[in-house]
Amino acid sequence: MAEILTKTRARNIFYGGSIFFVAVFGVLAVQSHRYIVDTATASLPLTPEVALGKEVWERHSCINCHSLHGEGAYFAPEVGNVMTRWGVLDDPEAAYEVLDAWMQAQPSGIEGRRQMPQFHLTPEETRALSEFLRWADEMDTQGWPPNDAG
Amino acid sequence: MKYQSQKVAYAYFLVALALFAIQVMGGLLAGWIYVSPNFLSEILPFNIVRMIHTNALVVWLLLGFFGAAYFLVPEEAERELYSAKLAYLQLAILVIGTLGAVGSYLVGIHGGREFLEQPLWVKFGILIAALIFLFNITMTALAGRKTAITNVLLMGLWLLSLLWVFAIINPENLGLDKMYWWFVVHLWVEATWELVMAAILAFLMLKLTGVDREVVEKWLYIIVATALISGILGTGHHYYWIGTPGYWQWIGSIFSTFEVVPFFLMMSFAFVMVWKGRRNHPNKAALLWSLGSSTVAFFGAGVWGFLHTLHGVNFYTHGTQITAAHGHLAFYGAYVALNLAMFTYAMPILRNRDPYNQVINMGAFWLMTGGMAFMTFTLTFAGTIQTHMQRVLGDDFMSVQDGLSLFYLMRFGSGVAVVTGALVLIYALLVARRREIIAPGSAQPVAGE
Repeated sequence: MAEILTKTRARNIFYGGSIFFVAVFGVLAVQSHRYIVDTATASLPLTPEVALGKEVWERHSCINCHSLHGEGAYFAPEVGNVMTRWGVLDDPEAAYEVLDAWMQAQPSGIEGRRQMPQFHLTPEETRALSEFLRWADEMDTQGWPPNDAG
Repeated sequence: MKYQSQKVAYAYFLVALALFAIQVMGGLLAGWIYVSPNFLSEILPFNIVRMIHTNALVVWLLLGFFGAAYFLVPEEAERELYSAKLAYLQLAILVIGTLGAVGSYLVGIHGGREFLEQPLWVKFGILIAALIFLFNITMTALAGRKTAITNVLLMGLWLLSLLWVFAIINPENLGLDKMYWWFVVHLWVEATWELVMAAILAFLMLKLTGVDREVVEKWLYIIVATALISGILGTGHHYYWIGTPGYWQWIGSIFSTFEVVPFFLMMSFAFVMVWKGRRNHPNKAALLWSLGSSTVAFFGAGVWGFLHTLHGVNFYTHGTQITAAHGHLAFYGAYVALNLAMFTYAMPILRNRDPYNQVINMGAFWLMTGGMAFMTFTLTFAGTIQTHMQRVLGDDFMSVQDGLSLFYLMRFGSGVAVVTGALVLIYALLVARRREIIAPGSAQPVAGE
């Protein structure tokens, strides 16, 4: 072993192997980029409203309590499928109304219950957020999550 | 201290330790909010506390890496740093950026991509600081002796700095956002940081055990080869459910399974070097942290990572407390403990004194490691129950969480142990109290040796 695997050979495996797998990863990343745009997220248009919704989602750091497609904190429910869970995925108006009512009611102040802050969103922002969450819910996520509980 | 300019590492380590204290106290507060959810909920909501907890962690680990590089590159290159002034300037930029980020979080100004919440000006500040660092350290290395340790360390630091560019790119398409977000997050902790970790570990082994450099460096190249060969395509285990093609389920499962290998090799490396080593180095605490780091990294990053990396398993466990369990033990073992090993080794040298307070330091090791292990077990049990109730049976998230309260209470208890251990460690490193060097026992040959 010591004679076959010299330091020079180990070094060459390191550099050669790394370059090879970086190249493979690069090709797959380009293909995946195209797949996301053309297939996985093609069902709903990426409107300025959806983009604003994403910005609202980010500005208030929602990801540090909730998860979105399983990524984020695990303190509050998954929201990647929240519109399905509420049964309003195909109804933008109902989606806005349910979300707006929810956001207005926060924080609940109930003792012993996890608290969501009051974010003082404008109606326009709430509508954008609801469109963003519908957009995210429509993404093809290979069948995840396993059920509506998220 | 062989070279005067190594002293800059001291300033980096001090700032890192201060942020370490903030990080664990933020974690303790977050753990308490799980137990008592109304605590501070109006003034300091959970999302802000968590940002401080994770951001402080990442920044202090990076400061530790920078400090370690400033400490070990002069010794490896056998010359003074290119510029100590630039190193202090870099530190000043990072401190201003960190204070700016924490200040803006507290008043509610932040981005919203997890771990990358820093305001844009802070992100550019970090980029400038990284460029100053790379220039400074590369000039030092190029002018001096070139070793495998500096090669690997510099490659890791260069690549992680370049990947930071993806922290500034934020596509409107959520799928693309997530795909490129992992270019920073995964390719940092499961690729480039492993290079840094392996290089620092190799340096510590070289100094603490006295094993021949040729042997150490061959191990180093094999470890980092397996790290990148498995870790780059291992990114695929984050591409299962975010809108990326289905083939990632196979690529991710296969390659991330091999991500256990570099961690197993690092653990083997540390133990084999200690067995082979003929040097009786007086800094036993640094040795304990080095062995502990590689062992806990193997369990936290390797075993607990493998636990939920196969796509058939991950379909159910993704985004549950299982992920939290893995995240905590992996970061503690691989990066926290490794940095603390380096601090424990370098602090006495930087302060020009003997390695005092070793027993307290080692006590802190066991307290923190025991606490983290217990935390990992409670979160793993919580995650197992959560996976079954929520993902298999389909029960509502909040009612499942209510059923896990006993685990969260135990997790808070383990957090108290970790914070206590961290404070004791900081005391042991910074407050020189009395001579407390462990003298080696007399050699007693036994049959069979």
